[in-house]
Amino acid sequence: MRILVVEDDREAAAYLTRGLRESGHIVDHAGDGEDGLHLAMGGNYDVAVVDRMMPRLDGLSMVRRMRDEGSKTPVLFLSALGEVDDRVKGLRAGGDDYLAKPYAFSELLARIDALARRNGADTVVTRLGVGDLELDLLSRTATRGGQKIDLQPREFLLLEYLMRHAGQVVTRTMLLENVWEYHFDPQTNVIDVHISRLRSKIDKGFTEPLLHTVRGAGYSLRAAS
Amino acid sequence: MRPLDVFRTATFRLAFAYLILFAVSVLLLLGFIYWRTAGFMAAQADETIRAEVQGLGEQYKRRLIGGLRTIIVERSARARNSLYLLSLGDVPLAGNLPGWPPNAVETAPGWINFNYVRGVDDDSEVRPARAARVELLGGYKLLVGRDMTEVNAVESTIRSTLLWSLAITGFFGVVGGVWISRNVMRRLELINRTSRDIMSGDLTRRIPMQGSRDELDDLAGNLNEMLEQIERLMMGMREVADNIAHDLRTPLNRLRNKLEGALIGQGSREEQMQALESAIVEADGLISTFNSLLLIAEAETGAHRDTLELMDLSEVIHDIADLYEPAAEDRGVTLKFVAPSRITVRGNRSLLARAAANLVENALKYTPKGGAVTVATGINPRNDRPTFSVRDTGPGIPEADRERVLDRFVRLERSRNTPGSGLGLSLVAAVARMHDAVIDLADAKPGLLATITFPAVEEAQAAIAAQPRRALLSPSANRSARQPEKQV
Repeated sequence: MRILVVEDDREAAAYLTRGLRESGHIVDHAGDGEDGLHLAMGGNYDVAVVDRMMPRLDGLSMVRRMRDEGSKTPVLFLSALGEVDDRVKGLRAGGDDYLAKPYAFSELLARIDALARRNGADTVVTRLGVGDLELDLLSRTATRGGQKIDLQPREFLLLEYLMRHAGQVVTRTMLLENVWEYHFDPQTNVIDVHISRLRSKIDKGFTEPLLHTVRGAGYSLRAAS
Repeated sequence: MRPLDVFRTATFRLAFAYLILFAVSVLLLLGFIYWRTAGFMAAQADETIRAEVQGLGEQYKRRLIGGLRTIIVERSARARNSLYLLSLGDVPLAGNLPGWPPNAVETAPGWINFNYVRGVDDDSEVRPARAARVELLGGYKLLVGRDMTEVNAVESTIRSTLLWSLAITGFFGVVGGVWISRNVMRRLELINRTSRDIMSGDLTRRIPMQGSRDELDDLAGNLNEMLEQIERLMMGMREVADNIAHDLRTPLNRLRNKLEGALIGQGSREEQMQALESAIVEADGLISTFNSLLLIAEAETGAHRDTLELMDLSEVIHDIADLYEPAAEDRGVTLKFVAPSRITVRGNRSLLARAAANLVENALKYTPKGGAVTVATGINPRNDRPTFSVRDTGPGIPEADRERVLDRFVRLERSRNTPGSGLGLSLVAAVARMHDAVIDLADAKPGLLATITFPAVEEAQAAIAAQPRRALLSPSANRSARQPEKQV
């Protein structure tokens, strides 16, 4: 996919660009907000990764202007300002996700992926399906191969998030932020335990596992085919 | 300050303004007294003369010039302070004056002031007098007067008294003003000198107090308390800096060693990858320590204080218990959550969740397999205050160490080998302080009971009412303001 990187720090930008290109994306880079805005409005990007503190035009203003001018390109803020307040500011300015520096590259990649696929999929969904696993969002029930699965409310939310991002890598932090709405890193492997519980409910007794662990990154829900 | 500077002080200027005001009022008062005493005596003398002239005039009408002369002779003989003269033209006929005074000054038509000589030869003296002059028919002239020595003496006494009073008032005013200013200035100078000492780096200096409990003492006391606070904060900062230096250096060094090892190592590619991976883990640990430190610093400076809003404590704790329950079960520990329905506190949701998570993690870390961790919210029955507690069945913390573990980076000897930055409990303590809550560590026999006691909701609401900028506008505050708060 086409990704716009707006970052004033040369080294950080070079690292980002190289990493994203190696992951198979087409990457353009802008060194400040003005250039970034220009490129964002001109090129047809799937995702823009925007730093906040930049010369000429800061990231928040840049994204605000993008939105004012009608751009719908999903924006991921990548910033050293990582407080909850900063996050809220970023999202209010029109950002779609917010990642604090320092970050793990796998985390960034997973989030870019999630953003790009969300684009355009704003239609209301009432049923989700991966392989023979089905989730009815209205009756809040899950079935696999026609067999009903008992889920706790939080497990349902967890599965829903995984299914909405089926085929993508979902990191532990993404789960913690989106399913539990916490913005801190627990020292304990809480998410792993929740996942393994969920796994035992949806995969146990079936030959084909759906919930996969992606080493060094997170989890991915996908059918084998 | 030079001595002359005393006139430039605000106190002296104030004292001087009062002095002027006071002098003017003294002047007015004394002027009034002068007018009522000295003026009165002069007027009375004139009045007496006028009455006598009138009396003599009647005698003159009845007994003509002969009778008048007899009376004048009679009165002159026994007069002490009265003066009489009857003359035909300038030739004296009767009276106790030798002739018409040559130096008379006419002050009003028919009224004269003059000096005359009383006594003879060596015993004589010149005395002031005042008289009425009347022209009679046939060229006769009559003078009726009074010796004014006494009246003048009284007048001049009063005048000099007044001037002296004024001078004394002025003198004491200036001296008092200088004295008061110097007094105030001396004490302000003490404060100034101490401030300069402190500015030049000696934070241990304090402003001496007089013990008089006046406003300057009050000021000194407040400044001292402020200094106390600043010094405490500075000490805290220094301690933090030291701790950061010490505790970040160790993992940073490990990180460096690992990277260097990977660089110069002769090991296989596999081994190098492993070294790099563990370097990343080390870096992540550093980042999380760093984030905790920032958060503690922020909580302690009260940066989030205005984000506090009324919220349900039970809900926050329930979510955390929910998050950790599978992890606990995984370790063979039972995690129990005990809470009455709604417990309102004034708090920051994300920070409280974080503090609760830290307490639960801590409890899980030290609770052996088969043990139990109980997470509870409630209302302290003794003082109606909302509480949140985590009880474990681990080894607990010896009483002597309980205060200490709330400090930054303190890790007790027995936990040296377990992972963690040693910041968990200090973060909890910082978050509690930010909520004006009290954290208490107690022996749960066996295990540790950590309790955070929040201020009562009424107080919390009063606090909100006291600073209505933001909290009242937040939806959750509105919601709970509409409901009666205690639903326990």
